[in-house]
Amino acid sequence: MKYLDEFSDPQLAKGLLDRIRGATSRRWSIMEVCGGQTHSIIRHGIDQLLPDQIEMIHGPGCPVCVTPLEVIDKALEIAARPGVIFCSFGDMLRVPGSNKDLFRVKSEGGDVRVVYSPLDALELARANPDRQVVFFGIGFETTAPANAMTVYQAKRLGVRNFSLLVSHVLVPPAIAAIMESPDCRVQGFLAAGHVCTVMGTGEYPPLAEKYRVPVVVTGFEPLDILEGIRRTVMQLEAGRHEVENAYPRAVAAAGNPAAKAMLEDVFEVTDRAWRGIGVIPRSGWRLSERYRDYDAEQRFSVDELHTEESSICRSGEVLQGLIKPHECAAFGKQCTPRNPLGATMVSSEGACAAYYLYRRLDLPAEVAHA
Amino acid sequence: MLDETGSPAPARVDMGSWVCPMPLRDSPNIVMGHGGGGAMSGELIEHLFLPAFGSAAEAGFGDSAVVSLGGARLAFTTDSFVVKPMEFPGGSIGELAVNGTVNDLAMSGARPMVLSTAFILEEGTALADIARIAAAMGTAALGAEVKLVTGDTKVVDAGHGDGVYVNTAGIGLIDDGVDIRPQRARPGDVVLVSGEIGLHGVAVLSCREGLEFGTTVCSDTAPLHGLVAAMLATGADVHVLRDPTRGGVAATLNEIAGVAKVGVSLDERKIPVSSQVRDACGLLGLDPLYVANEGKLIAFVAPEDADRVLAAMREHPLGGRAEAIGVCVDEHPGMVVARTALGGNRVVDLPAGEQLPRIC
Repeated sequence: MKYLDEFSDPQLAKGLLDRIRGATSRRWSIMEVCGGQTHSIIRHGIDQLLPDQIEMIHGPGCPVCVTPLEVIDKALEIAARPGVIFCSFGDMLRVPGSNKDLFRVKSEGGDVRVVYSPLDALELARANPDRQVVFFGIGFETTAPANAMTVYQAKRLGVRNFSLLVSHVLVPPAIAAIMESPDCRVQGFLAAGHVCTVMGTGEYPPLAEKYRVPVVVTGFEPLDILEGIRRTVMQLEAGRHEVENAYPRAVAAAGNPAAKAMLEDVFEVTDRAWRGIGVIPRSGWRLSERYRDYDAEQRFSVDELHTEESSICRSGEVLQGLIKPHECAAFGKQCTPRNPLGATMVSSEGACAAYYLYRRLDLPAEVAHA
Repeated sequence: MLDETGSPAPARVDMGSWVCPMPLRDSPNIVMGHGGGGAMSGELIEHLFLPAFGSAAEAGFGDSAVVSLGGARLAFTTDSFVVKPMEFPGGSIGELAVNGTVNDLAMSGARPMVLSTAFILEEGTALADIARIAAAMGTAALGAEVKLVTGDTKVVDAGHGDGVYVNTAGIGLIDDGVDIRPQRARPGDVVLVSGEIGLHGVAVLSCREGLEFGTTVCSDTAPLHGLVAAMLATGADVHVLRDPTRGGVAATLNEIAGVAKVGVSLDERKIPVSSQVRDACGLLGLDPLYVANEGKLIAFVAPEDADRVLAAMREHPLGGRAEAIGVCVDEHPGMVVARTALGGNRVVDLPAGEQLPRIC
């Protein structure tokens, strides 16, 4: 596999940093939308190397972070049922519901399995016709096509003991919601490269125009991110607000037509709750009428759950870029990756976890060593 | 529902409705993270086992206990192996069971002498599989110059074990003047690693669930006592040796930093990682620093001796890619901090539990 080392070259990074420094004449606040970008920025120390005038604001784009508590509780309820094999990507297992997580359900006898592809879950369903196999279908436009394909295959193959617990969310409505917030400080966006690989760039020009905000489609390696920041700064300094593709090796303007067609067949747009933010209209997908039989929520009737949230966690404000993680009083004290109060601390892509894991030396001592 | 500009309709974000989950209460049961070699494993030992055992607390936190018996200083250790699948590129649970225990002894500077083994076999497992594992153990023991001298076999009902669980325990002799343990790490020590990291963990992952990375990554399982002997033969003052198995280099360095109350400062550019491991980790969202190794060691060596030890390591077949990856420092005691390739800094924390592949 190529294209990793080439995009981490320290000399090239230094050159980009020099150009960002040279171009920056005043303070700018730029949001990286995707948790993968947040992780990379903090993991590589990019935020420490940028000029002081550039503030990176961490966006809501961590699929684990924004999955609502109610959906997690539904997952826990279904996973605990006898006769169910509950399949999930690994990082969802540690996300706390109201009072436990999937690891705990597994330790109590639930058949919870980590899979690396939803198609593996479908294979499990075919191999275990007497069990109900449920796949936890969360994430942005990035993971949705594979999940859609799995449901499509299940229907095509007549596999009746497979279902999807769906909590897919869409990035453009979240960008609109952030820009509409009265406290919004975001002046430019690094759009998530993976999302655009699927969806293309066509949804962004109206947003850039309406909110007069530059949007630069950006990858995840250090040089990708620095180039995205450089292009955003150049636009901001010139008073431009355009959509640029700084990730052309992965993103075509039209996206991936086959994936989009699959999404259109299997899913339909719906209002969706974002953990820590609330309901954003038309910001998610659910199974379309043709595939509703494969909806785990319907199959298992899990509507009567009572969910409880922490009153001190401020991860919603972190997800909106309104505060930095350590500005929450619970950060590093009541709330750590081991004992997370909020979803932004649970996922390694969450801004709080990234700060806690990588940046404690730079934080006030009472936070760093709590 | 698009407005006149074609944008999705804006949300009305209600600050008052922003919510967060309840705290995750500690589980009353064992969860997988208790076996991950990270913080949860450490807490299980510290808060459950050591208080119950009493005397075991005196043995310290090395890979082996060091005990004096009949005038000899002995290293004594035990380890259990539950790897799935039982066979993987580059080895099997058999090699691991021998090499793992040999390495735990070697990390005390001991010469491994004898091993015991115990098998927990699942009803229905093919005898041919057991025979291959036993043969691998015999070959590994021969290669490591140790004898398998006693053992035990139990069978459990079908469905109550993943085919084969293997336990090994071992005894080694420690020569006079050798004192290697985590508590001896001190500021100024140079931190050495014997080669490319993450191979074993990626090799095992690569044959699970049909994951393929284009290139086969083989486990690095190997007995390290010969490499240790070559290092000690230089006459250098080697303070600490550890093999970074579960939890990887990150967990090992954190444990040493915590026990010795020193800081560790790493230079990320110096840490040897093969391109295959880097790419596989990139794909799965894993950090090579946290991925398991079975044939590598970490050494803390007095600064004046570091070059000599490094040269000796590089001359040994198992240390050809050895590197100095950092230093022991006064600052940030108990913490490991890495200087990134781009020049920033990041904390390298103890893994909380199992390292989990990210969703995307």
